[in-house]
Amino acid sequence: MERSMSPFRNGTARIGLRMRRKARDIDVIIIGAGHAGLAMSAQLSRCQVDHVVLEAGDIGQRWRRERWDSLSLLTPNWTLDLPGQPYAGQDPDGYMHKDVLADYLEGYAQHIKAPVKRDTRVHRVCAAGARYCVTTTQGEWYCRAVVLATGAYAEPNVPKIARSLPASVCQVTARDYRRAEDLPAGKVLVVGGSATGLQFAQELNAAGREVILSVGEHVRMPRQVAERDVYWWLMRSGVFWETAAEVDDLTRARGVPSPQLVGQRGTDLNLDRLQHQGVEIVGRFAGISNGDAQFSGNLPHLCKSADLKMQRLLKRFAETVPHALSARDLEFTPTDLARPRLAARLGDEINVVLWATGFRPDYSWLDLDVFDDKGRLQHDGGVVRAPGIYALGLPLMRRRASTFIAGTAADTQALTVHLRGYLETFAQRFAVGA
Amino acid sequence: METNTAATQTVDNGVNVEALMGAREALTEAPAAAQFTWRATSNWINGTHTRSSVKGFHGLGENQSHRTEFTFDSDHPEVFASEDIGATPVEYVLVGLAGCLTAGIASVAQNRAIQLRKVTATLEGKMDLQGILGIDKDVRNGFDDVTIRFDIDADATPEEIEALVAQSQKRSAVFDIITNPTQVTVQVGG
Repeated sequence: MERSMSPFRNGTARIGLRMRRKARDIDVIIIGAGHAGLAMSAQLSRCQVDHVVLEAGDIGQRWRRERWDSLSLLTPNWTLDLPGQPYAGQDPDGYMHKDVLADYLEGYAQHIKAPVKRDTRVHRVCAAGARYCVTTTQGEWYCRAVVLATGAYAEPNVPKIARSLPASVCQVTARDYRRAEDLPAGKVLVVGGSATGLQFAQELNAAGREVILSVGEHVRMPRQVAERDVYWWLMRSGVFWETAAEVDDLTRARGVPSPQLVGQRGTDLNLDRLQHQGVEIVGRFAGISNGDAQFSGNLPHLCKSADLKMQRLLKRFAETVPHALSARDLEFTPTDLARPRLAARLGDEINVVLWATGFRPDYSWLDLDVFDDKGRLQHDGGVVRAPGIYALGLPLMRRRASTFIAGTAADTQALTVHLRGYLETFAQRFAVGA
Repeated sequence: METNTAATQTVDNGVNVEALMGAREALTEAPAAAQFTWRATSNWINGTHTRSSVKGFHGLGENQSHRTEFTFDSDHPEVFASEDIGATPVEYVLVGLAGCLTAGIASVAQNRAIQLRKVTATLEGKMDLQGILGIDKDVRNGFDDVTIRFDIDADATPEEIEALVAQSQKRSAVFDIITNPTQVTVQVGG
């Protein structure tokens, strides 16, 4: 197809194109120049492994262009410990705004001299003998190993029920929402009980919009415990560093939504608080019947579960850091919601549905037999079934820390060890084969 | 899932946790076998009295059967000018919820090595009769509030017991059926 359509069918022009587009050969290709891809690049450079980082757009572009204006990181700045660049800024206890983070990553890329090829979108990765062929908007590459660093939050998850909403209801995903003013007039149903959903509900309510927040299984968490950020406790108690092997029911744990937090010092974000501010809280958006959105009646149970889990977490903090917490530090007010409604009229009452139902990775370009029957990438601590393929940044990939910037150093270090071993065997096999 | 092998040996709630765990593992590998169909049939006797029965069901890839046929009489109470030969159908819903959650509590307790001594559930389903009588179209026919209170005597802290009850709700079929919408198709035979 491409050949017959090409204007360079004969003569020097075509030869010139061919020379320019000649497939390049390299040991390792990292796909994605976010914090994980850059950290991997830093590790590989340290070990002098020949590699390149392919970036579809610009460094940190998902933070810049695919998230809402008010978003700041949920983790404090002092946790932003990247290989070769610990946080050294003026505000260790602050929470970095997403645009500042994108600049920060740009600075990191320069600091580690990462070999980033920008505007190089990967269309396909497939096997080519013992190597891999990576097809991009800027031509082909061949390599021995590929690191998938495009992240766990590439595409918004939208439940099937979205297709059954009447056309009069405007639907927006967490990737496309920017600010309250952009939404059409009317009452907004925010779907999702994670950090994203609660932040949306709070922001829209503060902007004077009428908001219903639909909540399923969720994770309640205090911003601070005894005047320290909850991440200090999570790290200090070891919870943050728990390995995939130590976690009960790994599949379930990998699907748990993000904790109800906002990147603002000393500010709690939870359902009681939102209700007090004027947000109506309802159960999980479970179905549509005769034009009514139906909400599950199990919300009291899920709130109780979330409270019990938070209580256990606080207890664990107290047990692992002796004498740090008094009984009073562990106290909190149990969630106490008004009796939730079970239905609301779509179109007449609800004019906008904002899906804060999570994100998922996008590996549609990965043409390898490495997925389970639900389309999830199969891996063992980031080591993918296909030899020489590695993943980064997935939920509980190696540890709970794996999806956090703070967990990147340990994960990239471990995978670098594995990857170098693989390259060595590859070289030996290649030498014998030749 | 957590297991505590040493303690499980001394705790006995009469639940075969090993078999349940085995089934969980086996059905993860063979999702087709996990597809079950539950069945019931009923016959109208007289007035509001109906006799229903269950015996066969389908699962694990083939037809299965209870050891015996179970029958259930449903009727309305005398205050509804009925003969009160059996429980009202809505009471069977409460019975189903109690049975399901309590079975869950026993299973989870066994798995968590918690010895149960007594598990009592008290249920209430509140209903405004103006719904079913067609007096007020804004009133629903079914329960508008269901409450269940558990009183549990077990070798466990109050927090552990709360967690036990929460986990039982999380895995309960009847709790899900009551709290979430369900597709229901009613056909009339020729």
